[in-house]
Amino acid sequence: MSDDLAIEASALAIEASGLAKSYRDVAVLDGVDLNIPRGSVFALLGPNGAGKTTTVRILATLTEADAGQARVAGFDVRRDRSQVRRRISLTGQFAALDEAQTGEENLRMMGRLARLSRTQARQRAAELIGRFDLTAAARRRVGTYSGGMRRRLDIAASLVGRPSVIFLDEPSTGLDPQSRLTMWQVIEGLAAEGVTVFLTTQYLEEAERLAETIAVLDGGRVIAQGTAGELKQRVGSQRLDLTCSGSAAFAEVSRYFADHASHRDEASLTLGVPIQGSAAEGGAAEIRALLDAADPGRVLIASFAVRGASLDDVFLTLTRHDHAQEAAHV
Amino acid sequence: MSNALVSNSVTMTGRSLRLSARSPEALLTALLLPVMLMVVFVYLFGGAVSIGTRYVSYVAPGVLLLCAVTGASTTAVTVCQDMTGGIIDRFRSLDVRGTAVLAGHVAASVLRNLASTVLVVAVAVGIGFRPHASAGDFAAALGVLLFFVAAVSWLAAAFGLLVRAPEAANSVMFFLMFFCYASSAFVPVRTMPWWLHGFAEHQPATPVTETIRGLLLRQPGHPVPLGSALGWCAGIMVVSVALSAILFRRRTAA
Repeated sequence: MSDDLAIEASALAIEASGLAKSYRDVAVLDGVDLNIPRGSVFALLGPNGAGKTTTVRILATLTEADAGQARVAGFDVRRDRSQVRRRISLTGQFAALDEAQTGEENLRMMGRLARLSRTQARQRAAELIGRFDLTAAARRRVGTYSGGMRRRLDIAASLVGRPSVIFLDEPSTGLDPQSRLTMWQVIEGLAAEGVTVFLTTQYLEEAERLAETIAVLDGGRVIAQGTAGELKQRVGSQRLDLTCSGSAAFAEVSRYFADHASHRDEASLTLGVPIQGSAAEGGAAEIRALLDAADPGRVLIASFAVRGASLDDVFLTLTRHDHAQEAAHV
Repeated sequence: MSNALVSNSVTMTGRSLRLSARSPEALLTALLLPVMLMVVFVYLFGGAVSIGTRYVSYVAPGVLLLCAVTGASTTAVTVCQDMTGGIIDRFRSLDVRGTAVLAGHVAASVLRNLASTVLVVAVAVGIGFRPHASAGDFAAALGVLLFFVAAVSWLAAAFGLLVRAPEAANSVMFFLMFFCYASSAFVPVRTMPWWLHGFAEHQPATPVTETIRGLLLRQPGHPVPLGSALGWCAGIMVVSVALSAILFRRRTAA
């Protein structure tokens, strides 16, 4: 990689500013900015329809943005498309494999397309088959593979050309828990090798475990960005769970906290509210004041508990507003 | 043409051949259907057709053309299958051009047709087809046929890019077969109703059939419209390649 002066020149593997994309009249992306250091694992977190896949496709040169700029591995995705393509790989939500070819044949084909000689392609295929624990299935058609094996082979296929930036679009969606764990180990292994990993996910647990930096995408915009810890701080490091004395009480307390509640479970009459500062450290005065403010008559709230905020709280708090609007439109 | 385009097209041809060798339906369409058509035309329809010569000699080139068309139209299905799966994105992210992917499908189609042509000719000879052609005539006839297959395969590829479902892609076969039926492939044009003559004589299937028939049978006084056949094939090819390029870009732009 020493000849890649363009990469040496920048410490960022991915830099994007103002990316916008509309399909017909619907704005899918509405000004996305991203700066991702080389060798880091980055997670783009968002609900379905947030624009995650569109972002990945623009960065991977498969789709052109309507506006904005992006450089990946040091090259402009629009002007130097071929240069970008030689340095990246993309694994989408649907396996990019031929079912009627064997695992080994798929890998060798990808190797040839990634400009390896026949011999190199064969060696690289053998190497990846070993690494991804597919030796027993290498000579079987992909059509006979399980979901987890298929996903592993798909990622192996994306690595054939030794990309320096790897895009994984929802890598663990649809996998069983065991396969998901294996997938996480695969991604951790990639990160350990120093490649830049850009993954999209709907799972906070996944983003928190794998990524150093997380951006929350909602409604075509990055609404928050930072480490898992930083994001939690934005909403509060702790959550106060209030269990109400009845459904009328639950409704009244809900009205009081409105958008501030990050968690709402009607069945158990529990409302979760992020808290900061001394309240979060268990300061009795602050919590008492908060309870009194929400429940002056001291009849609505039956019990409370303080627990650590999860990324779910962050996510739900950050995206709540838009969802309320969406619901209002229906 | 760049090196990468050629090398990628070769890789893609290998891929398409492997895929069709492993698809029972594709094999059936490519090899068994042509032989069945040959037998059906000679034994079931042939008895009712009297055209002065043995019908098998007249119809063999026509069946070759029909096989070419049915074989080439499977290209629409394979292209459409590629476009509905995730593999095109992988190819594109490896900087493989759409042209290379499509060229692979077309080249595989031509090679499949070469195999079915040999088979059909062998069966035809077995049931009484006696060509009077020199080695050069044979080679020329095969060349024209394969050029036609390549052109129609590109056309089918364009159709495969246009439709969204492989089942719909398959329907291109019936459309293309109609051109064979409304040509001199199975019966002379003069036996058709007068209003069909204009169309039957001025569409690609007739000059291509007549050229292959003329080269294989070498009958005195029977013209070989080679120029017209090659012109049609070249025209179909150029238009289809350009159309495929546009459709591929449009299809993958989203």
